[in-house]
Amino acid sequence: MKKQKKHWNDYLYIFSAAYLILGFFNILFAYLGLICFFTPLAVAVIGGSKAYCNRYCGRGQLFSILGDKLGLSAKKDVPKFIKSKYFRYGFLIFFLVMFINMLFNTYLVFSGARDMKEVVTLLWTFKAPWKWAYSGGAAPAVAQFAFGFYSIMLTSTILGIITMLLFKPRSWCVYCPMGTMTQTVCAIRNRGKIKAYEENSK
Amino acid sequence: MASKRKAFVDKKHCVSCGCCVKVCPISAISIYCGVFAVVESQKCVGCGMCAKACPASVIEIKEAQ
Repeated sequence: MKKQKKHWNDYLYIFSAAYLILGFFNILFAYLGLICFFTPLAVAVIGGSKAYCNRYCGRGQLFSILGDKLGLSAKKDVPKFIKSKYFRYGFLIFFLVMFINMLFNTYLVFSGARDMKEVVTLLWTFKAPWKWAYSGGAAPAVAQFAFGFYSIMLTSTILGIITMLLFKPRSWCVYCPMGTMTQTVCAIRNRGKIKAYEENSK
Repeated sequence: MASKRKAFVDKKHCVSCGCCVKVCPISAISIYCGVFAVVESQKCVGCGMCAKACPASVIEIKEAQ
């Protein structure tokens, strides 16, 4: 049994951890998170693969380290309903609706209908004051988007950590909206190949 | 000699995260077109590493027919 060689992309968890920490110091770092949003989609649309999930997802690596290496995970099976299509697509839709809501809030600040709020909303409910992480310098709408986007990133990390503790380390992957989205894109894009494979294996 | 126990993937519930690919000591498993994991039956030794790692618990080690 050979030990697998480490590649540069096995260290992307450092990027994910740094991202979460930087958001405590300056909220504008939230914009870096857009990389984790567009890269997987681009890889799925252009390359037709889930190479991002498979090799480059820093968050997945972070959960692996916390759950496996540090032994924080209970390593129990995830409840059946979480891996059902209904839950996965339901969560994806919920996530997208909340994302659009965040964009709308940004628009309201942009149009001047609402003031920019220096809060990070956790689990779409709890508003945590986050004043220390912003000292001005950007347009109000630009800052509002940063607060909103960081809220989403932190919320999903919290959910991921909870399921990491309760179930398997990378349980987040089962209902990760990005994962569901890229898998759907791949399934549509490669439908011919999938059909051929299924017919061959019959 | 390869044992008769092999890994089987429930393709319908696979989330194609690639955890199994990472842990397989003999690279017998891969993600097909980003949609589900596929085990190369001839290579698989049924060690169960993938089943343990799978976050959706959709891999089962069974006697191959």
